[in-house]
Amino acid sequence: MTGDLFYRSISELSDGLARGQFSAAELTQAVIDRTTRVDGQVRAFNSFAPDDALDQARAADQRRHAREVRGPLDGIPVGIKDVIAVAGQPLTASSKMLANFVSPYDSTVTARLKQAGAVLWGRLNLDEFAMGSSTENSGTVKHGEAWQTRNPWDLSRVPGGSSGGSAAAVAAGEAIVSLGSDTGGSIRQPAAFCGLVGLKPTYGQVSRYGLIAYASSLDQIGPFAHSVEDAAITLGAIAGHDPLDSTSFSTAVPDYRSELKQRRGPWKLGIPKEYFGEGLDPEVGAAVAAAIDHYRKLGCEIREISLPHTKYAIGVYYIIATAESSSNLARYDGIRYGHRSADASDALDIYYKSRAEGFGPEVKRRIILGTYVLSSGYYDAYYLRAQKVRTLLRNDFLAAYQSVDAILTPTAPTAAFARGATASPLEMYLNDIYTIGVTLAGLPALSLPCGFTRSNLPIGLQIIGQPFQEANLLAIAQAYERDHDWSQRRPALS
Amino acid sequence: MTTGPTNPGATPPGPIQRSPAFVPESAVAVVRPPTLGPTDYEAVIGLEVHVQVRTKSKMFTRVAAGYGEPENTLTDPVILALPGVLPVMNRAALDLTIKAGLLLGCEIAAVCKWDRKNYFYPDSPKNYQISQYDQPICLGGAVEIELPGPARNVMGEHQRIPLTRIHLEEDVGKLNHGATDSLIDFNRAGTPLMEIVSEPALRSADEAFAYLTALKTVMIYGGISDCDMEKGQLRCDANISIRPVGTTTLGTKVELKNLNSTSYVRDGIAHEIKRQIGVVLSGGKIVQETRDYDGQTGISQSLRSKEMAHDYRYFPDPDLMPVKVDATWKARIQAECPELPFDKQRRFFIEYAIPYTLTSVLVPDHELSDYFEATARLCGKAQAAGNWIANDLLRELAAAKSSLAEAKVRPAALAALIKLVDAGTLSTPAVREVFAEMMKTGAAPEAIVASKGLGAAASSGDELEGWCRAAIAADPKAAAEFKGGKDSAINAFKGPVMKAAKGRANPKLVDETLRRLLAAS
Repeated sequence: MTGDLFYRSISELSDGLARGQFSAAELTQAVIDRTTRVDGQVRAFNSFAPDDALDQARAADQRRHAREVRGPLDGIPVGIKDVIAVAGQPLTASSKMLANFVSPYDSTVTARLKQAGAVLWGRLNLDEFAMGSSTENSGTVKHGEAWQTRNPWDLSRVPGGSSGGSAAAVAAGEAIVSLGSDTGGSIRQPAAFCGLVGLKPTYGQVSRYGLIAYASSLDQIGPFAHSVEDAAITLGAIAGHDPLDSTSFSTAVPDYRSELKQRRGPWKLGIPKEYFGEGLDPEVGAAVAAAIDHYRKLGCEIREISLPHTKYAIGVYYIIATAESSSNLARYDGIRYGHRSADASDALDIYYKSRAEGFGPEVKRRIILGTYVLSSGYYDAYYLRAQKVRTLLRNDFLAAYQSVDAILTPTAPTAAFARGATASPLEMYLNDIYTIGVTLAGLPALSLPCGFTRSNLPIGLQIIGQPFQEANLLAIAQAYERDHDWSQRRPALS
Repeated sequence: MTTGPTNPGATPPGPIQRSPAFVPESAVAVVRPPTLGPTDYEAVIGLEVHVQVRTKSKMFTRVAAGYGEPENTLTDPVILALPGVLPVMNRAALDLTIKAGLLLGCEIAAVCKWDRKNYFYPDSPKNYQISQYDQPICLGGAVEIELPGPARNVMGEHQRIPLTRIHLEEDVGKLNHGATDSLIDFNRAGTPLMEIVSEPALRSADEAFAYLTALKTVMIYGGISDCDMEKGQLRCDANISIRPVGTTTLGTKVELKNLNSTSYVRDGIAHEIKRQIGVVLSGGKIVQETRDYDGQTGISQSLRSKEMAHDYRYFPDPDLMPVKVDATWKARIQAECPELPFDKQRRFFIEYAIPYTLTSVLVPDHELSDYFEATARLCGKAQAAGNWIANDLLRELAAAKSSLAEAKVRPAALAALIKLVDAGTLSTPAVREVFAEMMKTGAAPEAIVASKGLGAAASSGDELEGWCRAAIAADPKAAAEFKGGKDSAINAFKGPVMKAAKGRANPKLVDETLRRLLAAS
């Protein structure tokens, strides 16, 4: 009985593996078969290597046979966003610039997943270099056509972004859990759009070594899962100090899964008035309001709070993130690796033509913006001032945490929007309005399914936690999840 | 940006040009009759010296630093700037930079912060260099220099050249240009590199030369760098302007690059001063530009003008945390700081009463001066120790193409030899023979004397007396002269005695015996 293995939770699967109901190879084969069947529609994967995955699975089976099981993730297929390096696998950032690049080294998170026995499964699609909110900016070309990920709940809609492939793959049963990266909302918003739990850890909680840098002071890797518990297990495997990342924190990592059983609330929860204003879709607003009500029923104290600098978040983000990215992406120059223009005649020509051909329009837009805000005479007015406002934004949150344990907001103003519907980049940027402030403040936050629209699209509740209090965050989420079945629903894919 | 100095950091080779613009040396604008002569101008020079810090591994990753290895073997994902890699600071490099700062009297910053300097060049794998912009690790300080004296054996005037700053950054790779393509070797990329920036306080090419010499000595003394210019461990750029003597405003500066040996520094700067005075005297104007000096041809040419200057878009590197340098840290480094060369020289004058010429040989090499001090202390004869080392030891080592570290003669043996010589028990040829043997085997001089039978013990008193009698008898004329009061006549007997003794007689004893016999006869 392996028919629906690809939609089961990690604890169910590790239990089944332990009882010998199926092998890791059978589980992986079920995920491969599912992927082969549906990914032509979903387009979550830039690439995958079934033989390699099956080899990893068989190694897991041998460990189990030798009674050397490494934990709950041993033998579980985990999808990896195509900005996270895995030795011997492609690392493309969904960009023509890196279309043929194969990483010779492992990121810290994937080294840790291997250590936990996970089967690293496939390279998941994204907005090119993680710049976007719909995965429509993916520069991947597959089978001769542009390969943009679709929302498994409605293929005419976007899965969100930039980790659209990581969200869609789990939602469509093409991976049990997956890793994404979040710079302005790139885990939480696609999790909301695809009906998943998506967690962005505190900045510094998960090593960035091996994550292609978009905005170094914001980027964090985190998990996508169907359940809070699966997210907790995956986070536990990848979190913790890394000597290869100077910005990783040396705080001890708790056993998130067992912490879930111990933290029961009730909690004081803050509702920021700035997050419920103009632009919030009424259906989303109603679902979030209902979720807040549920917490009240659970005995939580609900308080209105204010995060007064929220209105500056998007402006600040697009200065800091673009400034950092303009420098981070300078290394893609066609000299040492990656795309090199076929008709470049000298070094300058290699730069001009390779970058002109290799980068898509959104990446170029952000590099130009970032180069501008860092340039002589503008630095003080833009970058320096943005950093100061960033501190104010963080102080807003820290002040709120004097009186509340966590903060509840919608994850995104709307449910998944139609592909090709968003006309201007600015309009697209506004989609991250509820997630960006959190990233700027470096705080942990997750998105949790809290309902569906009338047209059967998932709605996400964002829970924002205190620095390095992921365990609390997960427990608060599970308190809601326990009483609802949104996470049990699956899209109708054939 | 409005904070920070206007041109800190290593200046990269500049925007790549399809064909480098050649600006002739006689860049002439408006021709006006000169009102001042060549000697009415003085030069104002500031030096930017890059020094590779001697660490085992590179600045921001664990791969080994080194020189002369096969191309692109000292690399790893971080050095090659592969997608996703991150820098991690090498604390040893910061330690050595703090040490350099303490040795030069700099103020050490409480917080060490890293910035990105953004520019595209194929030898820079990230297309930005991790450097320090507005918060360098060391501020202020000075380099004590010695100007050329009136004669070789006379000490020159000493000056303190103030420093602006020292910061730490990473070196770039190396381009090897072929006929149709260029290859990159990233072995050097990421090597810790200090930039030591002087105030514009130097006034001549000789002063610049003296500054560089003194700075090198301090760096080598501190174990901070080997400063081998041939290996690129020390590189120098100069900012040069001229102004009428007696004025205080700064003229338009020209940056002169690629002064890759100490003599190129002197020649290049002298040439540039002459060029600038020539331009001004012929009615031209100095343009702010960067010029490349070719030490082979002695010619400089323009690399780029001010209009083409980079906008480096400095900003704090988000991948690296600022590092706090507290008092304990500074104290630990302070404890490792050696005595400065010129302080040692002053001490040698007082403690050992040796002349300037000896100190100028012994002091610049701290191993040699340690060797000297050990020898002098063991034998109590500082001048003799200095002479032996500066003349005999160094000559023999040079002849054998060997180094002090490899020398078999250690201070204890040399001190023993000096004592033997002082006791007068060895003839000059015997001393030479003993020293030559010591150079070969490192054996103690007493042992050599004994085994070769070189000492006075080889001849008994009776034997010696017999040779002396024979010598006096053989030369009655000299004996008469001696008795007549001509003391030097005694020397006429010494040759035959030594010949009879095959050179092994104790000269002091020979002299005594001859006098006794002559007095008695």
